[in-house]
Amino acid sequence: MGSVMTIVVAIMVVAGALFTLSAAAGLVRFPDVYTRMHAASKAGTVGSGLMLIAVGLHSGEFPVMARALAGVVFFILTAPIAAHLLAKAAHQVGYRLDSSSVRDDMKRN
Amino acid sequence: MNLFLLNLLLAIAWVAVSGSISVHNFIFGFVLATLALILIREQVGGANYLTRTRRVLSLFILFVKELMNSAWKVAVTVCRPNMELKPGIIAVPLRVDRDFEITLLANLITLTPGTLSVDVSDDRRFLYVHALDCSDPVGLRRDIAEGFERKILEAFR
Repeated sequence: MGSVMTIVVAIMVVAGALFTLSAAAGLVRFPDVYTRMHAASKAGTVGSGLMLIAVGLHSGEFPVMARALAGVVFFILTAPIAAHLLAKAAHQVGYRLDSSSVRDDMKRN
Repeated sequence: MNLFLLNLLLAIAWVAVSGSISVHNFIFGFVLATLALILIREQVGGANYLTRTRRVLSLFILFVKELMNSAWKVAVTVCRPNMELKPGIIAVPLRVDRDFEITLLANLITLTPGTLSVDVSDDRRFLYVHALDCSDPVGLRRDIAEGFERKILEAFR
């Protein structure tokens, strides 16, 4: 039981770190602010969520697990709103889409 | 809801009787309590509670699956040497009209693969969605209307 839990926790920590790394790489590689928000909001949420749950499981204590789960819930609640507001603000001040973009339906208004 | 309390009480009783207070033991006790309730579901009238629990659980599992899927897709896209993005913002006509439903739909869209909600039009008839792959706007609109929007309409109407 103990060694299985250790392996599960180890896999979750490594996977979370890799997702967070891919989010960071996405911030560098994606061409404009809107595509960058994709990387930050999704891969970032999943990466930190996985690591938080792994910490809670590893401790095996109620208070730690409860706080880790609360952290995950707040990440899931806040990440999409933050991404949405940043993208909206960027569009309102006239931040252009990258030249590879194929259409922009918001331009008409 | 009463049955949920009963379930919780049984789990706490398990933790007290087995004498080790830990998350693992509590989860084990909760599963045991649920199994016990399933055994006596006819007597306690719990069929409704159990189906509702299963529905909530399946919705939760679907959401987690979509979230993992979208993170995986972003990771794969980032690792490709040539990303070949065709990003763009498309207007998606909304069938839901209450504030709560629009918020829920916008958040679900943001957490699913390749899409990010940017804004709602002033007359609340369109949701502006930024997509990583915008080569098929008609299919994208259909995916949103047939997927999460239909689920939200079914759940709250």
